[in-house]
Amino acid sequence: MSPVIEARGLVKRYGRFPAVDGIDLTVEKGEVFGLLGPNGSGKTTTILLLLGLTEPTAGSIRVLGLDPLRQPLTVKRQVGYLPDQIGFYDHLTAWENLAYTSRLAGLISKEADTRIIDALARVRLADVTHRHVATFSHGMRQRLGLAEVLVKQAKIAILDEPTSGLDPQSTQELLELIRELAAEGVTFVLSSHQLAMMQTICGRVALFRKGRIGLIGRVEDLTANVLGGSHMVEVEAERADLPKVLAGAPHISGLAPLGTGRWRIDADADVRADIARRIVDAGGALHSMTIRQATLDEVYVRFFEGDNHDVAA
Amino acid sequence: MMSRREGSPFAGLSTIALKEAADHMNSIRIHLVMVLVLLTAIGSVYAAIGQIKATIGEDQFLFLRLFTTAQQPLPSFVFFLGFLIPLVAIALGFDAINGEYNRRTLSRILSQPIYRDALLTGKFLGGLLVIAICLLALWLLVTGLGMLLLGLPPSGEEIARGLAFLFASFVYAGVWLAVAMAFSTIVKSPATSALCALTAWLLFTVFWPMLAPLIAGAVAPIDPLDPMTAVHQIDIQQAIARISPNTLYGEATLALLNPATRSLGLLFTDQLSGALMGAPLPFSLSVALIWPQLAGMIAALLVLFTIAYVSFQRQEIRA
Repeated sequence: MSPVIEARGLVKRYGRFPAVDGIDLTVEKGEVFGLLGPNGSGKTTTILLLLGLTEPTAGSIRVLGLDPLRQPLTVKRQVGYLPDQIGFYDHLTAWENLAYTSRLAGLISKEADTRIIDALARVRLADVTHRHVATFSHGMRQRLGLAEVLVKQAKIAILDEPTSGLDPQSTQELLELIRELAAEGVTFVLSSHQLAMMQTICGRVALFRKGRIGLIGRVEDLTANVLGGSHMVEVEAERADLPKVLAGAPHISGLAPLGTGRWRIDADADVRADIARRIVDAGGALHSMTIRQATLDEVYVRFFEGDNHDVAA
Repeated sequence: MMSRREGSPFAGLSTIALKEAADHMNSIRIHLVMVLVLLTAIGSVYAAIGQIKATIGEDQFLFLRLFTTAQQPLPSFVFFLGFLIPLVAIALGFDAINGEYNRRTLSRILSQPIYRDALLTGKFLGGLLVIAICLLALWLLVTGLGMLLLGLPPSGEEIARGLAFLFASFVYAGVWLAVAMAFSTIVKSPATSALCALTAWLLFTVFWPMLAPLIAGAVAPIDPLDPMTAVHQIDIQQAIARISPNTLYGEATLALLNPATRSLGLLFTDQLSGALMGAPLPFSLSVALIWPQLAGMIAALLVLFTIAYVSFQRQEIRA
């Protein structure tokens, strides 16, 4: 494993406003890495910095061992980028759009032709190859953007909000494509504000907040560390003082009251049977109990609980 | 931070220029403007031919009269061009950069291995290419029409003057293309940048000739007792008028297409002593006469392009 992206102390200010405020980031080869956080938390700016499309105020970046500011052409030749709300030339066909960017990328036309055919088949746009992009749906444009990354045969693919505005089926298709490509060794950097969706696909994630990375690590580790467990049980019971009842119970790492007679219990295993037995044994009346696996949304909310929420998404 | 960039700033330049030119050639907007230009050109030349036939005389440069002769109510071909070339150039360039922002294609294009320089320069060259093709086609059309209807071929000097006129028109169009592109980088909305460019066009083609004498009168009032103040005022008025590329182009075409033109400014009678009135200047002297006008237009083009370039380089990619 070797890092393909390394950022140290990255700062980007627009005027006095810090869009990115001191970020350290390392992405290993072949990873699917998620930049997660609400809108305006610095994800897109970070991506533009990685691509060398904007200059950092301070800090250093290495992409594939190169400085994107000094060797932008070499970096951009190997990095594919799918911008947020991608646009194409509507009056050109899917083929013409890809042919144009592949010419810009310096591909000779014969090689480009075969790559474009393959890429369009891969994203299942082969039957609309010669249709004008103006007629394309949002999901088709998104797939066409991914096809562009494929044509480039990029080593790193940076996708900014790839699933925003997509219907559930298109989203699943897109995620499936990303999984396939990642299995072939392409490194992915994804940004999204849809945390729960991203946790299914990202190996590691960085949680952004106000231009900083609050948390970084594997999804399982984050849920375990921040929430104290990977399972959350919500209990509604009467005549039972849960902190006392559950004292000494195994697997339980946290307990928080949600209201009168309602609690949230964090655990690293399914402990519902044990909780039910203890409440009944203590003479309490158990009304309901629900369990669910922890999501990144909860990690995010819980981790930043202490902060003021004036700009929370 | 000083850093040397690797690679050529011209990578992808020809790709962009050719794509832009192809886009323009296919766009309805350009078709409309070109139809307008074509109709006025044919109309004015046809009227000119009628006039020339009616008053046929011993003119050495009958072919050049095609461009300059006006018959009421139609103005001359040259006048039309001076008026319409800016419109064509503005139509080509007003949404060059902000259009890419609005279509959200800019970040995708710039994430390809090219520099920003290539995008702006490529778009400019693409526009110039279209203008060059259109002007050449127009000139050939007019010349062909003249040969058919007048029944005589143009002389060598007439062709040379015609080509020089073509070049001057090309530079003039380049100035307006640079104006339009500068607005397209500075102003975010294509509609606003089109309006800005059209305002500049109206200002310089319609209002500037009226404003120049007013400003000159205010700057250098005439003292009735000193005749030199009148000369001074005319000098100033001319200098102000020449800020407009329209004036420069008008003077350049006048000298090129009317070989009898000896001067573009004031002449005193003693300067004319010994001159054969109405005798044509040789081509080389006509070119020497308009050299400052041509240089001025090229300089304006470069300055405007630099403004567009600097403003584009400093822009953030995210809209």
